Amino acid sequence: MSTAEVSAPVVELTGITKRFPGVVANRDVHLSIHPGQVHAVVGENGAGKSTLMKILYGMQRPDEGIITVDGEPVSFRSAGDAIAAGIGMVHQHFMLADNLTVLENIVLGAEPTRGGRLDTGAARRTITELGARYGLEVDPDVLVEALGVGDRQRVEILKVLFRGARVLILDEPTAVLVPQEVDELFASLAELRGQGVAVVFISHKLDEVLQVADAVTVLRAGTTVTTVDPSTVTAHQLAELMVGSELPAPPPRSGNPGTEAALTVTGLSVRTPQGRAVVDDVSMTVHRREIVGIAGVEGNGQVELVEALLGLRDATGSVLLGDTDISSWTTRQRREAGIGYIPEDRHRQGLLLSAPLWENRVLGHQSSLRKGFWIDRKAARADTERIVAECGVRTPGVSVPAFALSGGNQQKLIVGRELSGSPSLLIASHPTRGVDVGAQATLWEQLRQARDAGLAVLLVSADLEELIGLSDRLLVMLRGSLVATLDPATTTTQTLGSAMTGATA
Amino acid sequence: MTVTAGGAPSEAPGPVRPGDRSSRFDGERLLLALAAPVLAAVVALAVSSIALAVNGSNPLFVYKTMLAEGTDLRSILITVNNGVPLFLAGLAVSIGFKMSLFNIGVEGQYQLASLLAAAAGAAVSLPGPIHIAFVIAVAMLVGALWAGIAGVLKAQRGVSEVISTIMLNIIAGGIAAYLLATYLQERVVGSNNSSTPELPKSAWFPTLDPVLEAFGITMPRGTSLDGFVLVAIVVGIGFFFLVQRSGFGFDLRATGMSRSAALASGIDAKRMTVKVMLLSGALAGLVGLPQLLGDSHRYGLDFTAGLGLTGIGVALLGRNNPVGIAFAALLFAFLARSSGTLQRIDVPTEIYVIMQGTIVLSVVVAYEVIRRIGVARSERAVGVALATKPSQDPA
Repeated sequence: MSTAEVSAPVVELTGITKRFPGVVANRDVHLSIHPGQVHAVVGENGAGKSTLMKILYGMQRPDEGIITVDGEPVSFRSAGDAIAAGIGMVHQHFMLADNLTVLENIVLGAEPTRGGRLDTGAARRTITELGARYGLEVDPDVLVEALGVGDRQRVEILKVLFRGARVLILDEPTAVLVPQEVDELFASLAELRGQGVAVVFISHKLDEVLQVADAVTVLRAGTTVTTVDPSTVTAHQLAELMVGSELPAPPPRSGNPGTEAALTVTGLSVRTPQGRAVVDDVSMTVHRREIVGIAGVEGNGQVELVEALLGLRDATGSVLLGDTDISSWTTRQRREAGIGYIPEDRHRQGLLLSAPLWENRVLGHQSSLRKGFWIDRKAARADTERIVAECGVRTPGVSVPAFALSGGNQQKLIVGRELSGSPSLLIASHPTRGVDVGAQATLWEQLRQARDAGLAVLLVSADLEELIGLSDRLLVMLRGSLVATLDPATTTTQTLGSAMTGATA
Repeated sequence: MTVTAGGAPSEAPGPVRPGDRSSRFDGERLLLALAAPVLAAVVALAVSSIALAVNGSNPLFVYKTMLAEGTDLRSILITVNNGVPLFLAGLAVSIGFKMSLFNIGVEGQYQLASLLAAAAGAAVSLPGPIHIAFVIAVAMLVGALWAGIAGVLKAQRGVSEVISTIMLNIIAGGIAAYLLATYLQERVVGSNNSSTPELPKSAWFPTLDPVLEAFGITMPRGTSLDGFVLVAIVVGIGFFFLVQRSGFGFDLRATGMSRSAALASGIDAKRMTVKVMLLSGALAGLVGLPQLLGDSHRYGLDFTAGLGLTGIGVALLGRNNPVGIAFAALLFAFLARSSGTLQRIDVPTEIYVIMQGTIVLSVVVAYEVIRRIGVARSERAVGVALATKPSQDPA
């Protein structure tokens, strides 16, 4: 860190703006990355971190702004151009071929050759040398499938260094690691920094950022808010910067929650095939006329919890809907019993993209839109038209295939569908993710109205404003367990953020 | 019934209703739907012509002869008769395709089903219609069970149905040969053909000749119209309603379109896999019956083979749509019929195999091209209708 400030930036982004139809993903972003520095980029989901990194790595081209490498303006047309300029990226999800060796994975696509044949000798020498220099030792001849997560990550980093990267982008590198592996990674990062490599570290785990970074740039709503020296800020202040106060807040709640339990979960656990508990002994109750928010950094078991409640994942423990034990029920039985589901990934779980809207209305409600053996097409169309009108889905008709709608309108359709047929419990996973501000307000209003009408809602979200604004009660999930219960009336985004990262509020 | 030759093959757009502003898209779809087969036909004709020209024949003369000889009454009847099993095989393959399941095992399923149905039919004595129904039921049951093995393997153990059905084809061939050589064979003096005993007359499917003659059509000598055509039509209509209109069909298509969305909606995808394989196998069991009930009345070493594999091409060509499959089956039967014509005018019969292959390939490619154009058009059209650009989620 001592020498970092004096050296010239290796990569500099100036005034980067990237628009997608209807959305500005990045707006006037400034970022300078110096050699020998670990530069953290933090921000909420949807703050534009991924888009920014894709621009830096040449996967997307900015609409406005300049990227310079060593002071020279560059224009990346592909990731290949970025690699050629010395910028490498390690993705959150590893991109390795399991049935090839470490060496083969590293050289894949950049094979050193001698006389037209793969020069394994040279490759092995380079890999061993890189490994020794940066503390990234991996046996080049073992199969990748035999490696653990930490070693795979090392292979990914070596892959990038092997191609001569001087700037290393790490996208959420600690998300998949256990604490001991995190320490090892940080040791390697220290080596890399010592050797003059610039590391861009993307994360939303604020304590880790403060531990490892030399500079922290905060992104909010697509733009860079500020760059701070981590030694001068606390996690609280960072969270404050990340969240800001410009975001639209959900409408205030009205009326008290009911007392009748709609969902009672007792001792629910989900284990990986290896036996690790990803949901660990969770117990909670959601009452009628109540929104219970689950807060937590992503990957702390929220997905598994939701899937277990829906019967999509094997779990132990008991789940009661009303006073009926549904623990051993199939997903269809649970949906028929009145569980609505707004999935986190609407394209994967929520829609049949190539099917018309009215067929999508039937999805998940096959049992209610039936006339005996047949699907009641007339009723499905009529009810889809009702949803389109009531929820303001912008579409020319109900026969349009779902893929043709924008994300916000697809989500309105899903929310309208899941609120149909008077459900007793709604599981809403990131209900406003990736939708624009206008659609977000509509969706919030709908959830609020449904709650006021008596619906029990389990809300999983990464949007702290949404959680605090909508929920009647907040539960904090950390490493598979519910670790805290908070009253949203007295909770700020800062205290919630701290609770989510496990720091004491 | 709305025929969706174009657009996404696995969905039927609803009927166009006045006032529904999306009808405009359906109109465009219709244009696109016509564009695909035309494009495919042009490509297929071009490639076949090149093959013929390379061979030294005049393509125009060959096509003219094929058309002239293929369209006399006798040829038409033979084409329809031969098209029926292909149609049934196409349906059997296509119901799997609807759920992204590739039942390559129709071949083995119908061979085994025909053998056991022939043996069972010959072993019992029942009054006419019941006897026929019995043979049909046995064939469907055997086909279903044989395909069900692959279904269970896929659902329970994750075994690729492509691999398992191919292997089951070989096993079915072995079992059929063994059974035919041992338990089910009737020794015919002076013949080296092993076959099952002949079915009693009560199990013979009536021809449609009396109907045609009632319409004043004089049947060519030695040719009849197979009564199983009626069964095929009923099965085709049933297929359409089951897949496009029923709750089961919705689950089937939903699973084919997005397995993850289907699971989240409460569909038990494993159970669907088994059910669909059973259904596909039951349809496959029908494939050999036109011959068994209407023509040979016994299963022997000379029983027609290869219908199941041709059925894959028929299903592809027919875009998994019963009407499309019917046309595809008739086209294939027509081409097979004209191989005789080709031989007579000194064109190698293999040319017709080239034609078959070219047609399937060009149809698959043409529909994919047209589908992409359709997707882009409908996204743009929605954007225009809403005066916004087509949306794309920010990454």
